[in-house]
Formats: sequence, C-alpha cells, structure tokens
Amino acid sequence: MSEDYFLEPDGDHEFLEGNRGLSQDQRAELGLGALVFVVVALLVAMLVFVLHEAWPSFAHNGLGWFAGGGSLDQQIEAIFNSGELKTAPVYTFHAWPLIWSTILITVGAVVIAFVTSLFVAVFIVEFAPGWLRRILEPVVRLLASVPSVIYGLAGVLVIVPLIGNHLITQSEKAAVTPTIQLSGASLLAAVLILTVMIAPIMIAVFADGLQAVPRGWLEGSLALGINEWRTFWKVAVRTARPVLIAGTVLATARALGEAIMVSMVSGGVPFTPNPVDGLIFFFEPSQPLAATIIRNSAEGLSSPPMKHTLYAIAAVLLFSSAMLSVIGWAAKQPMRRYGVTP
Amino acid sequence: MSAVTGTRVRRPDRATASWRWSDRLGLGLAWLLGLLFCAIAAAIVVYFLLEGIRYLRPSLLVTNPAAASSESQTGGFLDPLLGTLIIGTMSMAIAVPVGVGIAVWLSEFGRPTALARVAESAIEMMAGEPSVVLALFGLSLFGLGALGFLSQTTNGVVLGQSFFAAAALLSLVGLPLVVASTREGLQAIPSHVREASYAVGKTKIATTRRVLLPAARPSVITGTMLGLGRVISDTAIVLLLLGGTLTFQAANSTPLLGLLRGTGDTLTGYIYYNAPTGDGNQPSKAYAAAFVLMLFVLALNLGVDFVVSRSRKAITWK
Repeated sequence: MSEDYFLEPDGDHEFLEGNRGLSQDQRAELGLGALVFVVVALLVAMLVFVLHEAWPSFAHNGLGWFAGGGSLDQQIEAIFNSGELKTAPVYTFHAWPLIWSTILITVGAVVIAFVTSLFVAVFIVEFAPGWLRRILEPVVRLLASVPSVIYGLAGVLVIVPLIGNHLITQSEKAAVTPTIQLSGASLLAAVLILTVMIAPIMIAVFADGLQAVPRGWLEGSLALGINEWRTFWKVAVRTARPVLIAGTVLATARALGEAIMVSMVSGGVPFTPNPVDGLIFFFEPSQPLAATIIRNSAEGLSSPPMKHTLYAIAAVLLFSSAMLSVIGWAAKQPMRRYGVTP
Repeated sequence: MSAVTGTRVRRPDRATASWRWSDRLGLGLAWLLGLLFCAIAAAIVVYFLLEGIRYLRPSLLVTNPAAASSESQTGGFLDPLLGTLIIGTMSMAIAVPVGVGIAVWLSEFGRPTALARVAESAIEMMAGEPSVVLALFGLSLFGLGALGFLSQTTNGVVLGQSFFAAAALLSLVGLPLVVASTREGLQAIPSHVREASYAVGKTKIATTRRVLLPAARPSVITGTMLGLGRVISDTAIVLLLLGGTLTFQAANSTPLLGLLRGTGDTLTGYIYYNAPTGDGNQPSKAYAAAFVLMLFVLALNLGVDFVVSRSRKAITWK
C-alpha cells in the first residue's frame, strides 16, 4: 500500500491520545513485526540446528559423502552399532546410491508429470466442454490434497503386486536373486505413483496461470486466422511460461521431500539402479534420501553417529529445497513485470 | 470429440481438417491426456470408495488399536481418529493467529522492507521444506532440556515426542497456506475502503480489525481449511514427533496435560503402520482408515469450494 502512504494515519495520533509513548498503531506494528521476526528466526534456527547436527558426518566424509563406494547397508550398520556399543564413532558414509535414486525418481516423475499436466491443463482451460471442466476443477484440487500415505497404500497394494506378478518374469527374478530381489517395489512403481501424486499440483498451478492470460491476446491471434490450438499453444502457453516453471518447482519440491509414499513403494534397499541392465533397470529397487530418514528414524536416532548421519541427509534435502524455492521465486518475476499475476 | 476426428464439424471454426498435422496432434494429445486424467481420477476415487465401504465397520470407529496377530483382535482406530482431531485443532490454533498476524503485517505494514522481503521468502521456503526435515528439526528442538516440560523425560533424557511437539511443527506446515490465502484476501480489498475508514478517524489497526479482516474472512477460512488439509495429511512429522504409538500413551495421570505431553498417533500414522510395508500389515484396517481420512479431506475441499463461491456472491467492491 505504498501509493497511498500520505493518507495513512500512521503515528499521527500521538497528540490526540496524549503523550503516552507509542500510539496504538505503532504498538500493533511492533507486535506484528516481532511475530514475523520470530517466524523468520525459527527458520534460521532450523538451518543452524540441522547443519550443526549434520556437521560431524560431513566433516568426516568430505565430498566423499556424495560419492559412491562400498555397501551402504554395511556402512549404516557400522555407524549405528558404533553408537549403540559406545565405541569410537564411525561416520564413513557414501550416499551416492540414495542420491542417485532420489534423482531418478524425482526427475522421472517430474518430467512425465510436466508433459501430462501441461496438456491436461490446456485441455481443462480451453478445450474441455463446460460440464467436464466444472467436474474436473474440484477433482484436480481433491487429488492434489489426497494424503501421500494413501497414495502409498494404493501403490503398495495395487501397483507393486501388478508389476511384481505381471511385468517381471521369473527368469528375470532368478537372474538377479543373489544381489537384489525384484518384488515389484521398484523405480517404476515409485515414479508412476509419484507422477500421479504431483500431477494434480502442477495441473492446478498451470491452469491458474493459463486462465490469467489476457483474453484479448488470444482473440487477437484468432482474428489473424491462427487456429485455436496454435493460438493457445503459442500465445497462452508461452505467456504462462513463468507459471509453468513455478508450478514445476513446487511439484519438484514436493517430489523431492516425499518420504512416506516413496519409502513404501521404492523397495527400501540402498541399491544403485543401473541403466545398463536394460529393461530390468525400471524394476530395480532403490531408496531415496527422504525415505532413508523415515526407515532409520525409529531406532537410528538413539545412536549419536547415526543421528548425525540422518541430519546430514536432512541437510542435503533442506539445501536442495531451498535452492528450488529460490528458482521458483526467480521464475515468477517476469510474469509480474507484465502485470499478469497468477 | 468432433474436434479430433474432424469428420463431424460442430462449428465452422472448429474444423480441423485444414490444420497442420502438428496442431491436430497437439489437440488430440490434449483430449487423450485430459480423458486419461479423468479416468485415473475416477479410478482412484471409486477404488477407495469401494474398498473403504467394504472394510469400514462402525465398530472400528469406537475401539482402540491393539497389537495382535489376527485381524479380529487388532481393534479399530478410535485413538488415531481422536489424534487427528487433536493434532488438527492444536496446530491450527497456532497457525491461524500467527498466519493472520503475519499476513496483516506483510500486507498493511511491511516496513522495514528488508524484513518483509526476508519474511516472504522465509515463508515460501517453509512451504517447500520436506516435512521429514521439519520433523528432525522438531526432534532436536523439543529434545532441548528447556523444552522438556512439553514432552516426557526418562532418566534425564528429554524424549521430544508429544502432541505439543507434533502440533507445533505441523503448524509450520499449515502456516504458509494461511498466510498466502489471508494476504490474497487483504490485497483484493481496494485501497479506497481503507481510505474511507481512515477518513472517519479510525486508526490503522482499528481499520484492520474492524474493516479489513471481516472483509477478508472468507480468505482466512479458506486458508485455514487448506492448511488443516495439509496438516492432517502429514505422516512424517506424526511418525517422528508424535511417536506413532497407535494408542495414547499419556506422560502422567494429569487429565489433559498428561495426554498432550504423551505420545499418540493419527490416521495417517495408523495407515502407515497397517500398510503391508508397516509393522501391523492389516490392509483392510488401513483401507478403512484411509476412507475416513479421505472423508475429512473431501469435507475440507467442499468447505473451501462453498466458502469461495459464497464470498464471490457476497462481496463486490465497486
């Protein structure tokens, strides 16, 4: 409200209320400002807490933390036991399998969801018949708010058995048995369910952005004889590009931090899926970063070295999602310049 | 579907026969994926509806979970259901006043500008934080000796798990939605409404309390419901900070305080426990609980739709 600052009765009341120090407004401003400050301080405290707790793990491993090497299961066991048995703490931890799994699942789901959501959003905003649009809009919002644990439940009871019993052959299972078990809890299952989970978020944001494109721009293009699809694709979708990025960033943050659902359907084995394996690659189990915290939080936090390791994983997630929100913020700026606010 | 096939022309300007193949492909894809989305959405809704009705028994709602091997003895989910209600109420009791306060400050005061910028991005960041990270932060925060009175202490070690801890952290999950919605509502009020109030001699804070907030009430309610939806859907914070103990484990015998200082569970935690990957592994119970949880989410969604559509009719600023 900067444009009407001269009309604001800010601080002009002191003489009316007598000289009792701060005016009502100033007190309110200070109080609310303090509240805001506390919330910001809480976020800073979170950064400090998590980084402080994570430090031993990072300090011991250096950049090797992000690299691969050795069996992660054995490393986690050694870290955990060193704390439980009160021996010298062990911190050796090479998280690459977890990071690789996070990248594969997140990128896979975001790419599929992006393409699908874009077309679905265009369909809803422009091409769907009115009655279908009126049904779809609330349904999109409902699906976007379905708890992730319910998606996980559906995944583990429907998708995982489907993949395990019908898509993976017995010979494929036999071929890899000594190393891993192909039960159906796999990369494919995680990507599919994560896609279904984040697509409604994207569709909702995309549709809002596409609707905010000024109607006149589209009509101008139609008047030039450009057909409806081309008009919408080249004018509306292009104008809404910052919204597309913002929505994608929002959905990526959700996908990255999704722990519960992914821990249910991704297999829970810190294995590194290898694209060279061919088709089996999609059926290989893995375990992303967020799911690792959930899986090990029950006993893990009682053992100090394990606790530091879990906080290190959390720090990586914290940093990545902070970066994502910076990207999202930057992406929204051009749209504001046009005066189009999604 | 005439637009796709191009055989039956509904309106002259909808004929696609003259379109370039890439345009026709695009339109076809939009229809295909749009209808596929409808099918998937319908499948999800119908599936959970059917499974829920199949397994939900009234007795499940009034009995407590018990650890047993056979399905008939593991009881229902009374405590998780109450846990969801308690957690929802407590976290919104924190998130709504704080969120409205922040939204008012950001929209009406916002000085110094630097703090406003920082606060905006902080809240945006909070909305994007994975809830596992918030949960771990909560564990170390409420594990501090100074905050030990909010949870249980065994042998001098503060547990850090309680209804207080979980609700406090979950309020951070709901907070960004309350702030965003309230702020949007406040900014939709034209400035001449404020000026009219100043002109009759009201102070700024009186204007906010008596004029702006009542006018923005639908937005506050919308934000509250959206936040509540997120709060009751969260599982990670419940597992880590509420303990996920299925039944209420009160810290001591003090009526309400002992319960809130103790650990418990919510519907999401119960579903996680009873999924095939959990320790309980009773899918039928999980389906029933999921059905109840979905009813909550559906009710909140319908509530938002109702408030939004009514407020559109009620307030028109000229």
